[in-house]
Amino acid sequence: MTAHDEHSISTRTYFLVFTALLVLTGVTVVAAFFNFGHLNDIIALVIAGTKATLVILFFMHVWHASGLTRVFVLSGFAWLALLMAFTFADLFTRWQVEAAG
Amino acid sequence: MTTIPIDEPRIEQHSNYLTNGYSVKSWLLTTDHKRIALLYLITITLFFFLGGAFAVLIRLDLMTPAGDLMRDETYNKMFTMHGIIMVFFFLIPAVPAVLGNFLIPLMIGARDLAFPRINLLSWYVFVIGGLFTLASVASGGVDTGWTFYTPYSSTYANTHVVLAALGVFITGFSSILTGLNFIVTVHTMRAPGMTWFRLPLFVWANYATSLIMILGTPVLAVTIVLVAIERIFGVGIFDPKLGGDPLLFQHLFWFYSHPAVYIMILPSMGVISELVTCFSRKRIFGYGFVAVSSLLIAVYGFLVWGHHMFVSGQSVYAGMIFSFLSFFVAIPSAIKVFNWTATLYKGSISYQTPMLYVFGFIGLFAIGGLTGLFLATLAVDVHVHDTYFIVAHFHYIMVGGVVMGYLGGIHFWWPKITGRMYPEGWAKLAALIIFVGFNLTFFPQFLLGYLGMPRRYHVYPEEFQILNVMSSAGASILGVGYLLPLVYLFWSLRWGPAAGPNPWAAAGLEWQTSSPPPTENFEKIPIVTQEAYAYSEGSGFPVSPEADYKEGGSPVVHS
Repeated sequence: MTAHDEHSISTRTYFLVFTALLVLTGVTVVAAFFNFGHLNDIIALVIAGTKATLVILFFMHVWHASGLTRVFVLSGFAWLALLMAFTFADLFTRWQVEAAG
Repeated sequence: MTTIPIDEPRIEQHSNYLTNGYSVKSWLLTTDHKRIALLYLITITLFFFLGGAFAVLIRLDLMTPAGDLMRDETYNKMFTMHGIIMVFFFLIPAVPAVLGNFLIPLMIGARDLAFPRINLLSWYVFVIGGLFTLASVASGGVDTGWTFYTPYSSTYANTHVVLAALGVFITGFSSILTGLNFIVTVHTMRAPGMTWFRLPLFVWANYATSLIMILGTPVLAVTIVLVAIERIFGVGIFDPKLGGDPLLFQHLFWFYSHPAVYIMILPSMGVISELVTCFSRKRIFGYGFVAVSSLLIAVYGFLVWGHHMFVSGQSVYAGMIFSFLSFFVAIPSAIKVFNWTATLYKGSISYQTPMLYVFGFIGLFAIGGLTGLFLATLAVDVHVHDTYFIVAHFHYIMVGGVVMGYLGGIHFWWPKITGRMYPEGWAKLAALIIFVGFNLTFFPQFLLGYLGMPRRYHVYPEEFQILNVMSSAGASILGVGYLLPLVYLFWSLRWGPAAGPNPWAAAGLEWQTSSPPPTENFEKIPIVTQEAYAYSEGSGFPVSPEADYKEGGSPVVHS
């Protein structure tokens, strides 16, 4: 990353992102007091995912990074998706083995 | 400037990386990639012989069907510590951390890796991880098998699981740092004219390896932390009694540990590509295919981990998918083997020691790889799963493949690393002994496994004794084969004849600088105008202008 890129995120943006992270933390706490049933986990994950995305894009400068850096960042998520996809593919089809047995 | 005559090579008198400081501090605080490579070389050699000592005890115990030498618990610890030390502290770092560290900057025309201090940090992290594992060995050992399968490791084992696992966890960061360094270096520090498709195949192989290191190793780290959390705090993650799923551990573990096999074998394949061209005096057959096949192996390697779990209780459908995908890994591996063989065709082949290791690698890797296809077949795997067939298969890959490539590379680049030649006659003898010893050790294990002898048992039916004795006899021969290079390579440091910059008349960029290289690698950053395998008639050297090297004191040697 060049010096120009490093300076392209303003202090104001950092404070805005920081504020957004605090607000989302507050939302997490508030959400914990309500029972949304099956949506509990999904809501918690969406909030956490949003916070992580903000950190990666702005605090870790990926918003202004080169295409190559973005590819490497995305590949990390792609590999995580791969791990989860095949693991759940096993988990969700195990019952059929029991039925056959 | 002095011009050195071709026929009288001698150790370069000007400053090189070995003469640039003699104090302990100058080594322990060095940021020179070449010195760090030597630090790794010394460290992993110690681990290799320690892991080998456990193998000796295992093979001695298996000489008799009753397992007379040690108790059951001790035997469990022996094969566990043999596996942990050999996999995490020798095979994974062997080629990348030693040869990769030393050669990648030289091969791409750079003065060092992108992050020299992170490179030194990686060695310290490696040593700290190693010390934790050694502490677990010294305090009584660990008996889970190198795979740390749950719920045994997380709930039932009474040995030092957390200490050993912590060692592996810490060492993983060393691997990540090395991979990161290699990737950034290859992207940003190539010499002018060193395009991607002029990169030596060793660099391609290490680049692909680095991708696996940074994408896979964090998963192992997370998995080990989860085992520790369950073991220490009783949080249910893998233990069914606590609401966990033991197969989740196997998924997470093999998501890293199957690609880890490619962390081990890919750099060795890179070594073979360099050696087979030099000693055939031909450019590699199908450069692009060999280069891209490394990336394909790295990516495919992440899609097949479930073939370790066919009989674990994994869904049959997942098993079928993993079986199907496992066959695809054979394609890029076969591309490499066929292209090396095609490179030999009509080549001007010479049988120097590194080339003997190439032949050993190709033959043994072919056997190891093809038996892998047996194991990828669901029905066959049910028969031979957890038998000595598996043990034989992965030793053909990890020892027959990785160690053969590593030793071939060590011999090939020894003149560059030390400035001295090793004794060729002794080296050829050692290569032969290793090949014979290896096959006598591990081929009987294919038969044992097919006949039904399970792995990790030291008490076995008497009819298996002959094959076990053959295997142990082979191991003693193999041990001699491994000790010989240790002796004569040490000997060569003092008495070996001076090698000169390019004793093999090799075309790679690393041979265009003096031996041992100066701290800054090249007196002048080379401009690359040709590929790394310009062995055709009248091709000259792959850098320009050639006169720069003559002025630099390096003799130009042509075959």
